[in-house]
Amino acid sequence: MSIVIIDRMLLRFFADIQGFWALSCRALARIFRKPGYYREFAVQFDKLGFGSIFICALTGLFTGMVMALQFIIQLKPFAATSYVGGMVAVTMIKELGPVLASLMVAGRVGSAITAELGTMIVTEQVDAMRVEGTDIIQRLVTPRLKAMLLALPLLTILTDVLSLLGGYLIAAGYGINPTMYMSAFTQFIVPLDYLEGLVKPLVFGGLISMTGCYVGLATSGGAEGVGSAAKKAVVASSIMILMSDFFIAKIIVVFR
Amino acid sequence: MDKVCYSVGGRTILTDFDLLLEQGVNRTILGVSGSGKTTILRLILGLLNPDSGSVTINGLTITGLKEASYRQQRKKIAIVFQGGALFDSMTVGENVGYRLFEEGRLKDREIEEIVREKLRFVGVEPALDLYPSELSGGMKKRVAIARALAADPDYIFFDEPTTGLDPIGVYNICSLMQRLQAEGKTTLMVTHDLATAFATSQKFTFVHQSRLLFDGNEAEMRACAIPEVREFLSPTDQSLFV
Repeated sequence: MSIVIIDRMLLRFFADIQGFWALSCRALARIFRKPGYYREFAVQFDKLGFGSIFICALTGLFTGMVMALQFIIQLKPFAATSYVGGMVAVTMIKELGPVLASLMVAGRVGSAITAELGTMIVTEQVDAMRVEGTDIIQRLVTPRLKAMLLALPLLTILTDVLSLLGGYLIAAGYGINPTMYMSAFTQFIVPLDYLEGLVKPLVFGGLISMTGCYVGLATSGGAEGVGSAAKKAVVASSIMILMSDFFIAKIIVVFR
Repeated sequence: MDKVCYSVGGRTILTDFDLLLEQGVNRTILGVSGSGKTTILRLILGLLNPDSGSVTINGLTITGLKEASYRQQRKKIAIVFQGGALFDSMTVGENVGYRLFEEGRLKDREIEEIVREKLRFVGVEPALDLYPSELSGGMKKRVAIARALAADPDYIFFDEPTTGLDPIGVYNICSLMQRLQAEGKTTLMVTHDLATAFATSQKFTFVHQSRLLFDGNEAEMRACAIPEVREFLSPTDQSLFV
């Protein structure tokens, strides 16, 4: 690969990072600015949030079940199966709940946001809005950001609750006392863990919506361009979720 | 537009392009496909920024300004995009009243009256509650014209308004443009459809290979000796554009 191609790729990469953060800052600055486009926010919350309940519920339930199953097998030789509830809780609330819910939502919602905005770009609807005097960040980006900032923490709570329920069902099947299962929660979890479990989906929600919007608004090249943009948005937001998960965890460890 | 140059991806689209749009003088920009006609409209509207030169609307040079600072100037201009560019998540009524809803100056009932009046003007009032996906190509164009009219602009730009329409659809669009002109609106059209151009405009600008080759009225254009212009008006087997 010649140096010119590497140079071009690096320039493109840094231009994308710059564009992403510039758009994110502009969208954040408009969160409390009028007009609030409440109808658009409600539509997006319904589409992005309520539409993802089923996949998050299934993800939480089956992850909780499989986690409990694996922990029981590992803890049985040490006669420590009473800790299963606590281990499922701490793993799900701090890590897997936020990450899995976000990855599921990124696949479903990130691509949908990109495809919708990308189609609006290639059919000149965004240009039409600009000519009509609309601030497209305020109209198209901020409502999606607000919807995801509210929806993803709620979806994560749902995922967490159902994973604990799934774990409970498996634990009960292996004869573990329900009271022991639940009392282990308090032994393992401290208030900072709940905070970590809520901060992560808040950040991930922002990353998913902003990646979807940025890639969608940068779409070019007709129907094929929309398809490849949707794919790019899902990959980029999934990677960013996994990377930022580590850094958030690292920051929170400092405060423990 | 004053000495505007514009290029994209290393390809020159416009070079030292000048254009003066006067109120009351309806103009058509002609040229073969890919000659940069639509780019001219986008540059005037501030949807694109020129590499050099400037665009001035009503005395305000918008080149280099932030979009928010020339929204007021741009409100005097409306555009009918080639595909209509109707918002597919909104009904026809919401599309037409979009700018009025955005401005928030009028009550919903007043906006609905204006929307009905504009839809009646273009002959698609029964489509008020339909979505764009339920309309034919010709109806979409007419709804797009109604949307352009809703905010009562001084200038209306048309980007290839007759492309893809049957002869009746073309006739309807032409007669709509003539009615608009009779009501005092100034039109700027981009097309390669000569019949529509000569039926609706007094001035003609011919663009070829990023440059302005001709600017004048119909008689001057027909008498023009520039080979590219003559070829465009009467193509031959040895077309210069192949």
